[in-house]
Amino acid sequence: MTAQGLRLEKISKTFGDFKALDGVDMTVPRGTVHAILGENGAGKTTLMNILYGLYQPDGGRILIDGAPQRITSPRRAMELGIGMIHQHLMLVETLTVVENVVLGLPGQGMRLSLAEHARKLEALAKSFGFDIDPHQEVWKLPMGMRQRVEILKVLYRDANLIILDEPTSVLAPSEVEGFLEGLRRLRAAGKTIIFISHKLDEVAAVADRVTVLRRGTVSADLAVAGTPPSEMARMMVGRDVVLTTLEKTSPTSDEVLVRIRDLKARDNRGNQALKGVSFDIRAGEILGVAGVDGNGQAELAEALTGLRQAEGGTVELSGEDVSAAGVYERRHRLGISFVPEDRHGTGLVLDLPVYQNAMIRDFRESPFSSGPMLRAASARKVAEDWVKRYDVRLQSVDQAIRFLSGGNQQKLIFAREVECRPRLLVIMQPCKGLDVGAIEAVHRTVLAERERGTAILYISTELEHILSVCDRVAVMCAGRITGIIAPEEATPERIGALIGGLEEEKVA
Amino acid sequence: MLRAIQGIYMLRPVWAVLLSLLAGAGLIAIAGVNPGEAYAALFGGAFLDYYGLASTLAKMSPILLAGLAVIIPLRVGLLNIGAEGQIYMGGLFSSMAALLLPEMSPVVQVPLCVLAGALGGGLWGLIPGYLKAYRGINEVIITILLNFIAINLVSYVAGGPMMQEGAPYPYSEEIREGLWLPYIMPHTDAHLGVVVGIVLCVVAWFVFRFTTVGFGLGMIGKNPVAATYSGIRVRRNVVAVMFVAGAIGGLAGTFEVLGLKHRLYHLFSPGYGFDGIVVAFLAQLSPLMAPVAAFFLSGLKVGGLIMQRAVGLESTVVEAIQGLVIIFVAASLAFRFDRGNWRRFLERRRLLDAGIAGGITNNSGGRS
Ligand SMILES: Nc1ncnc2c1ncn2[C@@H]1O[C@H](COP(=O)(O)OP(=O)(O)OP(=O)(O)O)[C@@H](O)[C@H]1O
Ligand SMILES: [Mg+2]
Repeated sequence: MTAQGLRLEKISKTFGDFKALDGVDMTVPRGTVHAILGENGAGKTTLMNILYGLYQPDGGRILIDGAPQRITSPRRAMELGIGMIHQHLMLVETLTVVENVVLGLPGQGMRLSLAEHARKLEALAKSFGFDIDPHQEVWKLPMGMRQRVEILKVLYRDANLIILDEPTSVLAPSEVEGFLEGLRRLRAAGKTIIFISHKLDEVAAVADRVTVLRRGTVSADLAVAGTPPSEMARMMVGRDVVLTTLEKTSPTSDEVLVRIRDLKARDNRGNQALKGVSFDIRAGEILGVAGVDGNGQAELAEALTGLRQAEGGTVELSGEDVSAAGVYERRHRLGISFVPEDRHGTGLVLDLPVYQNAMIRDFRESPFSSGPMLRAASARKVAEDWVKRYDVRLQSVDQAIRFLSGGNQQKLIFAREVECRPRLLVIMQPCKGLDVGAIEAVHRTVLAERERGTAILYISTELEHILSVCDRVAVMCAGRITGIIAPEEATPERIGALIGGLEEEKVA
Repeated sequence: MLRAIQGIYMLRPVWAVLLSLLAGAGLIAIAGVNPGEAYAALFGGAFLDYYGLASTLAKMSPILLAGLAVIIPLRVGLLNIGAEGQIYMGGLFSSMAALLLPEMSPVVQVPLCVLAGALGGGLWGLIPGYLKAYRGINEVIITILLNFIAINLVSYVAGGPMMQEGAPYPYSEEIREGLWLPYIMPHTDAHLGVVVGIVLCVVAWFVFRFTTVGFGLGMIGKNPVAATYSGIRVRRNVVAVMFVAGAIGGLAGTFEVLGLKHRLYHLFSPGYGFDGIVVAFLAQLSPLMAPVAAFFLSGLKVGGLIMQRAVGLESTVVEAIQGLVIIFVAASLAFRFDRGNWRRFLERRRLLDAGIAGGITNNSGGRS
């Protein structure tokens, strides 16, 4: 066996009394793509943070090209040629794309030619099939675009060992293809890549080997070739995962609960992002919204929930025009719930404990408070109940939610927004960062809500998920709905064509 | 053991204060005075002597209230540098209510004066609050600028329209004795203001900790986007918080006038509003710790004067010591406690201890 490449030996990490990693071994030969799979909270991010110098291991050692290394800080990791794309975006929102990329780039001296960096960056982006404006400020970009910036940032640094922690969670399928192709090219150029993903098909498409983590230990380490995805899923969860299509009855009622007419709104840049969107959702119906990220989906969700001022059009709920209602009224009197795509920025207060994050939506109501007084004890009890029922993996509800794994944070948001029994549930990228088992659980919950008669708007870039749970699918493109079709008629080709309309426009 | 280290860590402003006093001892020695004697004068004078303690409590009233006027907005993510101006406006409005209104029964007029003072300060907080919430203008700049306006406004009023005839420098008529705040220690200057300050601190602590309003405010401070998402009207709350903070700053000025000075003097506050910022950081934004921090800081100021007189130190040395305290505390707060680091350190020590112990028994075992 060659010593070239990375070796992790008996890596352990404990947080408090909790063993996040327990003697993890892993070997990644140079010039290969190595995937890490594992349930939410299995310890994938923790392991990578150790490799990137963000955490120090309690035990074990790291060998790079045969030499033991102590990686004391990200700076040291960079010196060793290690680059990392984090699961949650680490961009400075007020800086432009190219400024973010150049930020912290070593060897810049006193002269910094942003124009030249921008040119190089554009060339790099093109080679990966990403379309990006280097001079745009990051806060104005949709999430998918930000993820591309994050990827480019690492590639631009010319690292030899590239860690990718769920890099594709909000990329569109067409972009994922280009991205995976780019990874293959990097491998051909002799780079080593560690790739964390919950999407088994991506792993099957690019990885050479895969390490499966389960509750902090390695449960399998095998070649990807010849391992069917269902087998990988089984090793991840420790039981058979039946990826069946879920049972569905026809909509329970004909009552139109939500009626949107000609809704218009601007995005953060001030551009017209919603150019007159109209649709109905009946009680007990799931309307999917498919499309490439950044085509007005976020603005639609925010305009519906009152977080963004609509510029025109009407929103009706059970025949009542609620266009003028504020966020509070929409959430409480009208019963609109929202699972936002940006869970760290919008959906959670990271410094607060889990049980307080559970009451963010309804802290003014029973059982979280009575009158003006909070009821911490009963809030804890509620949170503990949700944690159990939604399988949130944590140590205690008094723990700051910052320290939960990404997938488990998402489960808590989901519990909070569903448990208040909404009339309209707007969910955006609900399965971002969830493992296969958790995705199944989320979809079961969504369907249970549907049975209850909730109107559901399900916005996602995951076509497969949309097709498996939705009653009808609206495709959005450039701020408009290009078509609403039933899943039976929604062959991937047909939807692809509706989405593709945009791609042709953009390339031309 | 870890718990003990955490406790030590929580008290780091205290350690910082002790260290700074140690450094200050060096300064005093250089100035040619025995540090032990000097500190005995300082602490004995400020905290152990009846009249000294009373002066400390009198000084604590404006410093504590100003501290609270900084702590409350800071917990909501707003930096109120304007407590000084709010103090002046409070003093102005309350003395106008005391001197210009027709004479009424004190039972009516005292509350009226207090209310007027709170309103004056509140108005001075409302302006930056409104500009921040609805115009996006930085509250730091506005509060600083409003300080100058308030200070000069008081100078003008006390030296012009309300100036006592024939006064040697700008001050108003004396407020009649019926409107003075009650004293809490006989034959001294210590007045009720400090008690009100402590009560307000407890109220603030209670609100932040146990009520929905406080929870919502804390959320704005920690993540305003999430606060909006949860249906909190962030703008309205920003305005309200700045009004309340301003009103508390206004009370500091009000009590200074009604409790201690009994006239509106120009430049009547020697920077209590800025001392409030120091208190906020000393107390680590905890309303319950604020009285302790304010008590200490006031004592340092009063005791500094006593020390200066008793042992003949120059006032610059005294001021330098106060500066040292502030710098040391600020530095100590920047020092972060990494639980993991300490735990690993302790574990290594335990292993070491076990190793040593094991070695000894082995040796003795071998010998017997
Ligand atoms: N700083 C921390 N303090 C306490 N616990 C932590 C900390 N960081 C991670 N954990 C815990 O360690 C476990 C592993 O977390 P990690 O983020 O590595 O999971 P993951 O495999 O990346 O999951 P996901 O797929 O959801 O991103 C989780 O249970 C998490 O709560
Ligand atoms: Mg992770």
